[in-house]
Amino acid sequence: MADTARIDVVAVRPHHTIWGDALIRLRRNKLAMAGLAFIIFISLAAILAPLLTPYGFADQNYDAILEDPSSKHWLGTDQLGRDTFARLIYGARTSLSVGIFTQFIVLCIGLPIGAIAGYAGGKVDNVLMRFVDVMYAFPDLLLVILLSSVFRGTFFGGSIYMLFLAIGLVAWVNISRLVRGQILSLKTRDFVNAARAMGGMGNYITWRHLLPNALGPVIVSITFNIPRAIFTEAALSYIGIGVKPPNPSWGAMIQDGFSLIFAKPYMLVFPAIALALLMLSFTFLGDGLRDALDPKLRR
Amino acid sequence: MLRFVIRRILWLVLVLFIVLAITFILMHLVPGGPWDREKALAPKVVEALNKRYGLDKPLWEQFFNYIGGVLHGDLGISYSRSDRTVTSILMEGLPKTATLGVLAFILAQALGIPFGMAAALKQNSLIDYISVLFATIFASIPGFVLGILLMIIFSVTLHWLPTSGWGSVQQLIMPVLCLAALPAAQSARITRASTLDVMRQDYVRTARSKGLMENVVRVRHIFRNSLIPVVTVAGPELANLVTGSFIIENLFAIPGIGRMFVQGIGARDYSLIMGSILFYAITIALLNLVVDILYAAIDPRIRLE
Repeated sequence: MADTARIDVVAVRPHHTIWGDALIRLRRNKLAMAGLAFIIFISLAAILAPLLTPYGFADQNYDAILEDPSSKHWLGTDQLGRDTFARLIYGARTSLSVGIFTQFIVLCIGLPIGAIAGYAGGKVDNVLMRFVDVMYAFPDLLLVILLSSVFRGTFFGGSIYMLFLAIGLVAWVNISRLVRGQILSLKTRDFVNAARAMGGMGNYITWRHLLPNALGPVIVSITFNIPRAIFTEAALSYIGIGVKPPNPSWGAMIQDGFSLIFAKPYMLVFPAIALALLMLSFTFLGDGLRDALDPKLRR
Repeated sequence: MLRFVIRRILWLVLVLFIVLAITFILMHLVPGGPWDREKALAPKVVEALNKRYGLDKPLWEQFFNYIGGVLHGDLGISYSRSDRTVTSILMEGLPKTATLGVLAFILAQALGIPFGMAAALKQNSLIDYISVLFATIFASIPGFVLGILLMIIFSVTLHWLPTSGWGSVQQLIMPVLCLAALPAAQSARITRASTLDVMRQDYVRTARSKGLMENVVRVRHIFRNSLIPVVTVAGPELANLVTGSFIIENLFAIPGIGRMFVQGIGARDYSLIMGSILFYAITIALLNLVVDILYAAIDPRIRLE
């Protein structure tokens, strides 16, 4: 009898993994879920843009210049007669892809540099981290501007790929520091020592034990990096060195509408609100992920 | 302490040298030159201009000439602003950028610290939720989006404030608010977190159990200790304000250093670009140094080495 009772107790406790737990906690976080829902909503609008609007983002119509919102043009038109709604949802493509694809470049540079510095230590660590210090000394937005002015002359100048590269080449610094710190603190933990004592080699320990355990904070940091990259793209396009017109960008729409702020203020309001909401959503999601992945809160 | 400061300053000089070298290389990779005009200048004129400004010399020579000038406090001559020295241009922009930055910083701390502390002392109350919500919102909405929304509300709809320009107090209100929003939110978040942390410390419990009045505990033990992390982020915050202001300067047409940098990039004004990058890099580095020293001064547990 006693035995069966004990087995029952064991059976009612389901198996939990770190990621399973994190997912449960994330699902309970209403703000994070609202953020995620908005991101999915905007992503769908961006992907399905051609189905949602009959207009292209560059279609000019000189018979319909600066029209107010109507059933024909839901959010009105700009000074070239382009449909604002079309530009807004095609602009979401620019914002989202800059936000997300930039992170691949950030990871490709930041992850190995941080991991090598943290694992190798000594001189290698010293050299790499001094380089990171120099990168930190740069005013980052200004460096992005300088880089994108350099790239403007190349074959991919003014394209969205140029922005991936310009922003990615500056934004990796944070991740490399984070990964290095994680690896340094994980390196001395018992389970890593145990793995080493059992004969695990450097590469094996890095890939099997160190990186997976450092992954949580990296995911959180990447989530917070996305809105920053989105903002950078908008800021660059706003001052006129981001994506080349007529490519749609919320920053460029703000620039276009700016001279008409008194006559047609909503030309500015729509892209500004879209930008604010998208950045807010990523921040909510990042906050939720941070709380969900923090093992100190684990019950 | 002194050794720490000297070492940091020597390291800083090296970093600035590398920053200038990288900027110099990138700048010369930017296609076009300072003499590009809608109507092309005659090759003879370009040649004469290049000669006059030393742009005909090899790049490495130009770079070391520039560095030599910087060491003597000479930042060169602007190509796009009719031969004015870069130093005088920066000095003209500096008071504007600095006024904006310092005012925004003061406003941010004056809002962020009290709200963060109130939120922590009354955890899970209405004021806590409101502070956290506002802190999250302002931490993620970029200043220039906020600027546009403020402009539409206060200039376009209500006609209370001018949209842009420099010179009057009314023209300062919106840019300072936009700049202050992010650091205020950051300060509130950090103050809240650190106050919650300090409130759980043993010395606070001891202070209460020996019968100190709640207000004395709050002022003498909680308040002072919870400000330590706020100071550490104050340096980067102020540096962000100074450097981040350039987009706000562009939005509100304020002739500060940030706006000059953007115009300098457009005009390939090499020495103006170098000068403003140098200014920003020095500002960031010095602020970080000051914060490190301040940090050690207020927290005896920290030893500088």
